Amino acid sequence: MSSTLFRTSPALRGALRASGAPKVAGAMAGIGFVRGKATLPDLPYDYGALEPHISGKIMELHHSKHHQTYVNGLNSAVQTIKEAESKGDFTKAATVAPLLNFHGGGHINHTLFWENLAPASREGGGDPSGALQKAIVADFGSVDSFRKQMDAALAGIQGSGWAWLVKDKTAGNLNIVTRANQDPVSGPYVPLLGIDAWEHAYYLQYQNRKAEYFEAIWNVINWKTVESRFEKP
Amino acid sequence: MVNFNNLLQYLSLQSPLPSSSSASLSNLNITETLTKMGLTTYTLPSLPYAYDALEPHISAQIMELHHARHHQAYVTNLNAALVSHATALAEGDVAAQISLQQAIRFHGGGHINHSLFWRNLAPAGTAETADPAQAAPELVAEIGKVWGGLAEFKKAFGAALLGIQGSGWGWLVKETGEGGRLRIVTTKDQDPVVGGQVPVLGVDMWEHAYYLQYLNGKAAYVENIWNVINWKTAEERFAGRSEEKTEL
Repeated sequence: MSSTLFRTSPALRGALRASGAPKVAGAMAGIGFVRGKATLPDLPYDYGALEPHISGKIMELHHSKHHQTYVNGLNSAVQTIKEAESKGDFTKAATVAPLLNFHGGGHINHTLFWENLAPASREGGGDPSGALQKAIVADFGSVDSFRKQMDAALAGIQGSGWAWLVKDKTAGNLNIVTRANQDPVSGPYVPLLGIDAWEHAYYLQYQNRKAEYFEAIWNVINWKTVESRFEKP
Repeated sequence: MVNFNNLLQYLSLQSPLPSSSSASLSNLNITETLTKMGLTTYTLPSLPYAYDALEPHISAQIMELHHARHHQAYVTNLNAALVSHATALAEGDVAAQISLQQAIRFHGGGHINHSLFWRNLAPAGTAETADPAQAAPELVAEIGKVWGGLAEFKKAFGAALLGIQGSGWGWLVKETGEGGRLRIVTTKDQDPVVGGQVPVLGVDMWEHAYYLQYLNGKAAYVENIWNVINWKTAEERFAGRSEEKTEL
């Protein structure tokens, strides 16, 4: 399958850039908002760039369809809440909470996910270095042991969800946590590295053999991104 | 409450599968262990139609993976969990028994849900699927009373299916007891419909049920599945005439 089929077209990229005002900083670095609306972030690589580990077709659908749906759902939920607030209808606002959590979480999770992937020919794969490497060895025994524990956490998810390497702000150590559906990582945890275990993330290429996807994805993990998230005070 | 074990036992007896020649040694060990403990080994029920029989609405590739791989994995993991559970029970290890509950619920639920699902599907254009009013007169009449018509019910059911966040199932259920009312419910992941409700028909909304064919277009899957809904099975479950013992 030709990866060029799935590149973001230059025209589309131009249109995306031209479509809005300058991006303003969102609540989290990297989460795009334009004029108070969530927007689909551009991928920092082409759709085919993660092949053969993640196919261009998966990346295109995952980014341009699934992530876009979360962006639309988030904006719609926020709009409903704003309208309810203006009418003082707090019951209505509260009933939208599950949609806000689901679509807002979907937007946050995918935005973090795209950033922690990179082509195997560039930053993708290999091992972490520096302070992150030391912390992983201290908390998981070794980098290989960490990958094994993360894969076991992913395999144990019953249904749709994510596994994350997180930094515990209160204890200062690293942990692996899983989240159901699109629940975002919150509380004392800072998300460093997330892996999407929804079937849409791998099914077109790996079908029911999800363990193969969990193994292959390490070839396209961008450890530089994980390191910079870890080092951020 | 439903006796979960009887339910599973019943479903497996419904469709005994000849012991597979490709069964691995570990599967044989599990069967042997369960038999020694006087417990049933659950098996993958065979489909009442060919893998390609639901085309073009559900592709043969989806059906084969869904049945031979996904459902088989639930059966295999259920048996493995039950061996561990029986061992923990024999050893009086209550902590281990509790820790196994979630695995039994997930894989046991997966086995129940898929067993019900295969039977409430049938090839399009047949007596089971083509004319709901003829295949399921009592059920369709009751649906008319509750939702105002079949079209209105399908719309409400479709909205419930599309509202599921993550993996799960949509069900038309009948509450147990005299004059049991029809309701649309959704269950997350592989939670089965048990206790107080009879599943009349179920639709799998896990992505593996449609993704190879419909991709992110799950609304089209939800629309097309009506072509392959087996109304005869639904009628039998609704009227309590199902040989599946619909009190499960």
